[in-house]
Amino acid sequence: MTWRSVDKVWIGLTALAAAIIVFMLAFIVGNIASNGWAKLSWEFVSQAPRGGMTEGGVFPAIYGTTLLVLLMTIFVVPLGVCVAIYFSEYADRTGWLYRASRSAVDNLAGVPSIVFGLFGLGFFVKGVGAAMDKTLFGNELTFGQPAILWAALTLAVLTLPVVIVSVEEALRAVPQSFRDASLALGATKSETIFRVVLPHAVPGVLTGGILAVSRGAGEVAPILFVGAAYFLPHLPAKLNDQFMELGYHIFVLTTQSPDVEQTKPLLYSTVLVLLALTFLLNLTAIAIRTRLRWTSGGGR
Amino acid sequence: MVWDKFARGLIYLAAVVSVSIIVLIFIFVGKEALPILTSGEVHKEVTLSTMFRAQKYGTAEAPLPYVWQPVSEVPKYSLLPLFLGTFKVTIVAMLFATPLAIFAAIYTTEFAPRWLREIIKPVIELLAGIPSVVLGFLALIVLATVLQDLFDLDYRLNAINAGIALGLAAIPVIYTISEDALNAVPKAYRNASLALGGSPWQTAWKVMLPAAMPGIFAAVVLGFGRAMGETMVVLMASGNAAITSWVFAEPVRTLSATIAAELGEVVQGSAHWHVLFFLGTVLFVITYSLNALGVVLVRRLRRRLTGGA
Amino acid sequence: MAATREFPLLKTHVQRNEEAPQARSEKMRVDNLTFRYASRKVAVDGVTMPFYERLITAIIGPSGCGKSTLLRTLNRMNDLIPGITVEGEILLDGQDIYAPRFDVIHLRRRVGMVFQQPNPFPKSIYDNVAFGPRINGLARSRAELNDRVERALRQAALWTEVKDRLNRNALQLSGGEQQRLCIARALAVQPEMLLMDEPASALDPVSTAKIEELMFELKKHYTIVIVTHNMQQAARVSDFTAFLLNGALVEFNPTPQLFTTPADPRTESYITGRFG
Repeated sequence: MTWRSVDKVWIGLTALAAAIIVFMLAFIVGNIASNGWAKLSWEFVSQAPRGGMTEGGVFPAIYGTTLLVLLMTIFVVPLGVCVAIYFSEYADRTGWLYRASRSAVDNLAGVPSIVFGLFGLGFFVKGVGAAMDKTLFGNELTFGQPAILWAALTLAVLTLPVVIVSVEEALRAVPQSFRDASLALGATKSETIFRVVLPHAVPGVLTGGILAVSRGAGEVAPILFVGAAYFLPHLPAKLNDQFMELGYHIFVLTTQSPDVEQTKPLLYSTVLVLLALTFLLNLTAIAIRTRLRWTSGGGR
Repeated sequence: MVWDKFARGLIYLAAVVSVSIIVLIFIFVGKEALPILTSGEVHKEVTLSTMFRAQKYGTAEAPLPYVWQPVSEVPKYSLLPLFLGTFKVTIVAMLFATPLAIFAAIYTTEFAPRWLREIIKPVIELLAGIPSVVLGFLALIVLATVLQDLFDLDYRLNAINAGIALGLAAIPVIYTISEDALNAVPKAYRNASLALGGSPWQTAWKVMLPAAMPGIFAAVVLGFGRAMGETMVVLMASGNAAITSWVFAEPVRTLSATIAAELGEVVQGSAHWHVLFFLGTVLFVITYSLNALGVVLVRRLRRRLTGGA
Repeated sequence: MAATREFPLLKTHVQRNEEAPQARSEKMRVDNLTFRYASRKVAVDGVTMPFYERLITAIIGPSGCGKSTLLRTLNRMNDLIPGITVEGEILLDGQDIYAPRFDVIHLRRRVGMVFQQPNPFPKSIYDNVAFGPRINGLARSRAELNDRVERALRQAALWTEVKDRLNRNALQLSGGEQQRLCIARALAVQPEMLLMDEPASALDPVSTAKIEELMFELKKHYTIVIVTHNMQQAARVSDFTAFLLNGALVEFNPTPQLFTTPADPRTESYITGRFG
């Protein structure tokens, strides 16, 4: 029975690998939850930081993050849906536009986040922003500087592939018979898409949006120089304001605070808030996507 | 009818926008890097040669051929310490992540019961959702101490520390793509192998895995690209010292971290500024190529499994 | 010596090689086998029948009668389906293959299978045939392996077609060639029995004829069990035929007898096409 014992060893190793990964995740969550729980309170999420970041809360960062991803969503979801519709409904597979945009979206997913930061700085801030200043604001520095608008646009570009993948999957899952029926009744192609296909794919749009938000809330490198700030006395109110942000806050606190031990409790709690936020979003998206897979013809 | 044409135009416009984005990225990042090659002003401070070839920094007794120290009396721009740092961290990450992720993918597609697979897969996807700044934070606060105590290291923050945390970020990428590749292999092959007297492990290792190999390779390539391009983890956990050495337990500086750390304080338009954008362009080109390679490999997998060369 | 046999009930006559009936020993015996799926549905109902050594036994019956399920119990491929229950015994050379500690993997080496859809691996022709010997450790040297591969391909009547392109991808072969490759692959481990599940149903008539010819040759060395919904094929090829209906064995007899003077009225109804 030697094959049995050999098999058992190898299969055991593969199971061990899976277990190790799961364990590491559990450790991460556990460590943050247990250390961050202490300082978590209503006060924490509703107040601004005080005392050199050793007391108070992180409300401005939460507000800034929320505003940021909201703006981002406004830009990325419509664009992502349109590109997904192109891929799924209109594209000619052999045409150059399809191949170029397919390749572009695939590669966009692999661009390092700091390069997005450079892009945000070089194109949005120093390019579009400076041009706007010159033409609309009489050379006064309004948009040619780090601003929440540019940060939102930079993140929109970064999360575009996420939205496209999700929406395209949902569109492809819509049965062809729906389209046929609609067209047979005299509807145009765009009517069919917007009245029949897209509504059926709404869960996919939701999933895409949620995953994009989750990703956008967690990325720090792209916004390092495009709008995030460590401490601001007021909340962002205009599109060209800077803003505080959870991830950025964690980064600066961790690496640049003079006394890490003092700020550690607050730091852990901030991390917990960010982690809880992204987890909640991810779990929701996974749940929606699983439901979508089961209802449209069996999962894997 | 008009609306239909309008809608169609809008959709096509969106596709065009997506293509232009990637073109714009290349243009606007590259354009700030161009002066490295073209500007005489910049050449007074730094040239391709000073970036890539050995220089005469240091003293006659203690020569330092490769130093990255842009902010000093004599600005030094050797890229070797940065490439070395990137390489060390990425290698550690891949050595750590690849076996774990691939074996776990084999487990969930070939051996795990259905219900367990439905749990493990989302869990690993959750791992993908952890922001890299959180990973960097934990690496700095927790992992570094653990490693230092365990192995009696001189430096708390080093390539191994950052590499392991980076591996955590790469695992979901390698796992998901490998799992997809293994799943795409037709079950008929498994049946054929078992009917020939192959054991479950032999079947998985000698039939299913080889059939999925291009996809697995793509997974590794893409994981590598992800690890290389990561910024926050290395910024927080690697010690950020541009040292030229092959020792892994020492601090390092990667390409991405250099950009992130120094862009905030650099003067716009200065030679240093252009060098940082040059680094960004290099990073972009490398990860872009890796990505393209990954896509080609996945296509090859599909072709191989459905007949053809 | 060739003879034309008439099967009036089938409204056909079949040319086949008549051979002297051989001494009949049982290679495998199914003993009161009842097989249930997880849903408690009974797929095989108390079947008892022999499979004689170096003869071809055909299992026929309408769709859903359990013939494929029965075939797959013979090499325990059904074990892959969760929740099944097996009652009764299947004896291979006198040993019950469902006994608790019976080595299933070794069983599958002794009892090979060819599937309905050709399923060569996405490897070279050579590697496909060599796969079985390799994993079972059957060849000690490259030369020995080459020998085995050539022998198997010759037995499957494929050698002359592929001997110059052994390194090409197997998926480039035509459907009929792929199926013969799968037969060669199964033969390379030198099984004692060969189970064939509708081996030609996915193939064109020319390939089908080739495979049937092949079976006459293979019969000299291997015990063959073939499941088929094509009665003419069963009549052409087999020595014994079993007729299955709703999981139960209705009749088991030498083929000429079953197709000319069936013992059971249900058999007669089936082969004259009144149902199924």
